[in-house]
Amino acid sequence: MIPTVWVLVLAAVLFVLGAVAFFVKRDLLTMFLAVEVMLNAGSLAFIAFARERGVLDGQVVVFFIITVAAAEAAIGLAIILLVFRQRRTIKAEDMRELRG
Amino acid sequence: MEVALFLLLAALSVAGVAGFLVTRNQAHGALLLVLSFTSLGGIFGLLGAPFLAAVQVIVYAGAILVLFLFVIMMVNLREGVPAERKKWTLVMAAALGLVLLAELALAFGRLAGGAPPAAAGGSSTAGLGTLLFTRYLYPFEITSLLILAALAGGLTLARRKDAP
Repeated sequence: MIPTVWVLVLAAVLFVLGAVAFFVKRDLLTMFLAVEVMLNAGSLAFIAFARERGVLDGQVVVFFIITVAAAEAAIGLAIILLVFRQRRTIKAEDMRELRG
Repeated sequence: MEVALFLLLAALSVAGVAGFLVTRNQAHGALLLVLSFTSLGGIFGLLGAPFLAAVQVIVYAGAILVLFLFVIMMVNLREGVPAERKKWTLVMAAALGLVLLAELALAFGRLAGGAPPAAAGGSSTAGLGTLLFTRYLYPFEITSLLILAALAGGLTLARRKDAP
């Protein structure tokens, strides 16, 4: 039986790596991928708690997370493609119209 | 056996994300994430969620990341990915990551002395389906609306201006 704490530690490590990647990377696509890593870490924590409690509701939440992630990826990638088509760049610091 | 498999898959998933963090090649990063998410799917299976393990491998590693790969190849930067941010940004990100990790470790450390996990009863996939179509019926139906909206939105956004 795998201890729940180990799974939670794995989820925490993955989430932190995703967050650091989000801040370190400079192009929109890779930053978006980092967000997916954080979503997966969250899913892992939900499944760990679902097993700990012996209920399936956590697994239902993960099902919804995966569905929403699919929709989010479709829209986000369409927006990134649109930005690239207009600017010919996907560097995050080139998007600074709103900076004062 | 179970624990050894878990440790192997956990090492693989962390290594995949770490490689993604280090590499400068977008396509390599996405492929490393495929490895990482597939191992996470295996961990889902070990934790008594076989249906979600299959969905993770098929939808996440199979569909979503391949979509990312398509876009990476369409965007295909001639001059390559720009250099990393300034040095202090790297240091700040590392410090923030350490603080976040410490916080999470503190929160999860309280669970260490908790009761052992309850034995999972019955087939988890059948239970998941029942739950999805009884207690979570409305969220499930709303999800289909969300997917429809995403489909329409994606089509509208990606359309060229001169298209009919």
